[in-house]
Amino acid sequence: MLPHLNAAYNLARWLMRDSTAAEDVVQEAVLRALTYFAGFRGVNPRAWLLQIVRNAAYSSRQLDRGAQFVPIGEAGEDGAMPADQLASEADDPEAALIRRRGERQVRELIAALPVELREPLVLRELEELSYKEIADITGTPIGTVMSRLYRARRLLAQEAAASEAR
Amino acid sequence: MSTAFDCDKVPLVQAELDGELDAAAAAALAAHRADCPVCRAATAELARARRLVADARESGLYHRMPDDFRRRLTAQINLARGQDPSLPRQPQRGGWAASWSGRWRGGAIGFGLGAACAAALAFLVVVPRGPDITGQIIAGHIRALQPGHLEDVASSDQHTVKPWFDGRIDFAPPVKDLAADRFPLKGGRLDYIGGRPVAALVYQRDKHLIDLYVWPEAGDSTAPPESAAQHGYNIVHWVAGGMALWAVSDVEAGQLREFVEDWRRSP
Repeated sequence: MLPHLNAAYNLARWLMRDSTAAEDVVQEAVLRALTYFAGFRGVNPRAWLLQIVRNAAYSSRQLDRGAQFVPIGEAGEDGAMPADQLASEADDPEAALIRRRGERQVRELIAALPVELREPLVLRELEELSYKEIADITGTPIGTVMSRLYRARRLLAQEAAASEAR
Repeated sequence: MSTAFDCDKVPLVQAELDGELDAAAAAALAAHRADCPVCRAATAELARARRLVADARESGLYHRMPDDFRRRLTAQINLARGQDPSLPRQPQRGGWAASWSGRWRGGAIGFGLGAACAAALAFLVVVPRGPDITGQIIAGHIRALQPGHLEDVASSDQHTVKPWFDGRIDFAPPVKDLAADRFPLKGGRLDYIGGRPVAALVYQRDKHLIDLYVWPEAGDSTAPPESAAQHGYNIVHWVAGGMALWAVSDVEAGQLREFVEDWRRSP
C-alpha cells in the first residue's frame, strides 16, 4: 500500500478538488484498506487501493464541492462553454493570455470537467491505467469508460482551441 | 451534449492512441481512416487533448501526497499494523520474474549448441515460400514504423516483454536482450503474418530499428540462416528451437547478420 500513496492522494485530490477533503478521503480509504488487506487476493494492489479511495470519495458529502469551477460540458450546447469565465476579468489581457495557456489552464479545464468525466481522464492520463483497470475501479462498463474519456478529451481540446482563438 | 460517436470507429481511434489496439486492428483502422473524415478529425482532436495533458503533466498536474500528511498517515498505518499482527508489514513482492528467468535459461540451452558454429555460417538466399511471407514481413515492419505502432509493450527488460505475450498468443517467444552487443531490446508487439498472430520483438541499432518476428514452425534448426533484400530492407530468416525467426530492418546487411549471429550466440 505504501508505494501507492501518491496515486491514492492524486485521485482523491482530483475528485474532491480540495486538499483537506482529499486528506480525509485518503485517510478513510487507507484505514479501510488495512482492515480488508488480509482478504486481498488480487494481483494489482494499486487498482485495488484506488477503488477503495474512489468509493470513499463518492460516499463523502464533500465530493466535488471543492473549489468552484464553471462546469464545462454542462453550459451551452454540445460542450460549448464560456471559457473566459475561468480567467478573472481583472487580469490584464497579456497576463490573461499567458495564463490561459500552459499547464495552469489545463489544470483548470480538467478541474472544471464534471466528475464522471474527470475521473476516467485522471486515471488514464495521470495514472496511465488501462481501460479495464479504470472500468474495475469505477464500476462502469469499458464502453462507458471509453465514451466518457472521449467526451473529456473533446471538451479539453475544444476549450483549449477556443481560448487560443480569442 | 451528445454521447454518441459520430462514426462507430472513433472509439478505435482513441484506443489506438491509448495503446489498447493490436497491430491487426490498427492496420484495419488505418485503412478505414483514409476514407473517413470523421475519424481523421477525431485523431487530430484526441492527439491534441493528449498533448495538452502530457505537456502539463510534469508541471504540477499530478498531485503528490504532501510530506506532512504522508508522515501522519504512515504513523497511523504503523499503529494499525501494530495492533493487528496479521497485517503485512512489508509490501509483498512477486517472485515470478525470478522464476521466469530460471525457466528461460533452461529453454535456451538448445540455442547455444547451434550457435557455437554460427560465426562460420554462410547466409543463403531466402527461398520464396507460401503466400509471400517476406512481403508480409516487410509490410509489417513498415507499418510498425508509423508513429504509435511500434510496441504494444515498451520495455528493455526481457522479463517484462516475455510474460506480456502470455495469454495474447498461444506460444512463448524467446526474448533476449542484446544490449551488451549494442542491440538493446526496445519492446514487443503482436502482429499478423501468414494468417496467424505472431510475436514481434523490437531491437535497436543506433537510429535503426530491427523487428524480429517469431512464430512456432517445425524446421531444420541446423540449417544456416537465409538472407534477402527487398525494397531497401534486409531480411534474415532461420529456425531455432521449433520457432521460425525473421529479422527485418533497414540497417545494412552486414549489421543485420551481426545481429542474427549475436542473437543465436546469446544464451
